[in-house]
Amino acid sequence: MAVNARDELVRSLAGLALFADLGDPALEAIADPDWERSFGEGERVLRRGLSGGGLFVILDGEAAVEIPDGSEPRRLRRGDFFGEVSTLLVCKPTADVVARTPLHCLEIPGPQLEAFLLQYPHVTYRMLQTVTRRLRDLLE
Amino acid sequence: MAAARDERPFPPGDYPVVVVGSGPGGLQASYCLTRLGVEHALVSADEAPGGMFRLYPIFERLLSWSKPDAPAERGTRAYEWFDHNSLLAEEPEHQALVPAFMDRSYMVPSRAEMEAGLAAFAERVPIHVRYGCRWEGTRREDDGRLVLATSDGEYRCRAAVFAVGTTTPWRSPIPGIEQVPHYVETGRPHDYEGRRVFVVGKRNSGFEIADGLLPWARQVILGSPRPVQTSVIALATVRVRYLQPYEDFGLGGGTFALDLAVERIERTGGGWRVVGQGTTRAGAVDLEVDDVIAATGFTTPLLDLPALGVRTVSQGRIPALTPYWESAPGSGIYFAGNATQGAAGLRKHGVGASSAAVHGFRYNARVMARHLAEIHLRRKVPLERVKDDLVPYLLEEATSAPELWAQKSYLARAVYDDGETEILPLADWLDNPGHQATAVAVEMNAAGDVYPAVYVADDAGVRELLLPPHHLNDFRGLEYEQELRAAL
Repeated sequence: MAVNARDELVRSLAGLALFADLGDPALEAIADPDWERSFGEGERVLRRGLSGGGLFVILDGEAAVEIPDGSEPRRLRRGDFFGEVSTLLVCKPTADVVARTPLHCLEIPGPQLEAFLLQYPHVTYRMLQTVTRRLRDLLE
Repeated sequence: MAAARDERPFPPGDYPVVVVGSGPGGLQASYCLTRLGVEHALVSADEAPGGMFRLYPIFERLLSWSKPDAPAERGTRAYEWFDHNSLLAEEPEHQALVPAFMDRSYMVPSRAEMEAGLAAFAERVPIHVRYGCRWEGTRREDDGRLVLATSDGEYRCRAAVFAVGTTTPWRSPIPGIEQVPHYVETGRPHDYEGRRVFVVGKRNSGFEIADGLLPWARQVILGSPRPVQTSVIALATVRVRYLQPYEDFGLGGGTFALDLAVERIERTGGGWRVVGQGTTRAGAVDLEVDDVIAATGFTTPLLDLPALGVRTVSQGRIPALTPYWESAPGSGIYFAGNATQGAAGLRKHGVGASSAAVHGFRYNARVMARHLAEIHLRRKVPLERVKDDLVPYLLEEATSAPELWAQKSYLARAVYDDGETEILPLADWLDNPGHQATAVAVEMNAAGDVYPAVYVADDAGVRELLLPPHHLNDFRGLEYEQELRAAL
């Protein structure tokens, strides 16, 4: 049964492929206001060489992955996620992620990611699909 | 008869800066601006200083500690770490005022003791306030100046500091919740004698009510979608409110803390029906209760500021801010006090700044005042210099600087190549570190270990060096010196 009058964050999450398999009670549990992050244009979201970051899911706006080798920055948009490599492997990011527009994200803090992925296996599965797709694109 | 002359300070007009609010955030911001020689008007809708502490918490006992006797002497910088409630002052007679009012029944002050400490600060410094002057709207003129419309008239300024707290009662969008009392409308404890009470919300105010009603209510059920982070609470000052109801829950007593997405609240013949779905444990929940209280928190009264570009976070309740607590770089719209929690900082390992509490935001005010003076008023504020060896200086700061301990991984002590030093937001420094500069912050990982983090900026960028924790949090030993010296 649908929860009425859902708040904006729940509505935003419900529209993302990553969370498409979740019902409203689970979305409400995920929509933690403490996990909501907002960045201004040009602000760095993820910093190369800095430990302790989390997994970011873009709710609104655009960001760019900036790698110091000078390659073309990869654009990230609503529904994309980043920070998973450094969070899962507990290592420092090798690239900066910079907000290209005002950016609205959900950040799952690193220490809580394992419990989160185990609690919501459908999200884990969809994340795995995306990561596998990225790997295939790199190998092709 | 002639009308009584208005002897209140700061009549409407032009000021370099206007500060709104006379709670701890406004008082601290005004104090810090005055110390820098920044002329400003301070206006408040209230009739006396204290802000939210004039009324809340309802059950009187605060969450944040002040330890009247501590390892450091009152009136020293090191003592600030043991006194999370007093405002900052340079003059010894104005420091550590809250512990002086505590009757020591608890290690935390009562609401009245806190209010008395704030009032004493405002009176003794003194902080001049135009009371009874309500901010009602804001616009920007063509020359970039801000105009604050108030109940007394208009104030023009280059920068405004909104210390209006997170003070407007907020209800989550649950059908029927508008019919039940908000936390601020909670009755007297004995009104709930023998009753079954449902509290919407499992955060500070929800557990405060549960704690206050434990001796009276027959049963208290708290419900909200997200689980209580018990491991986090065990180390946080909020345990003062959480632990007893949670212990009752654990014992199978009269308290329940449910992870529940409430779908609707309906009136019944003699009480209320609460219907929802479990979140961490699936299943429908249907409860008949005598009373429902919405402990769903507060929102910052932004009025028309979103039209001037102020963005929000936390379900639209808190302004999203730059590391210097401005709505956007150069906007001149600053925040002080509790609303500075809208600047998240790095949140390393999920650990946020303590900007929602006095012990965090009092330091924000000092840093913000200097930034505002430099950026908007073109005042060069002289910095202190490190004259001696840099390594022991940084380690001493990591061991005892209350700013760094209160605002973990948010505020850092930076030292530049010419020896000039300042405390500033780490996130901003990392983006503009300057040539050959070093910064130290205190950080905490998921296991609760606290340790110094040193950031070294040179031509290659910024390097992060995490030093190990120490069992007495004393980072001044030879091993720390050697490791840091090698890194520098």
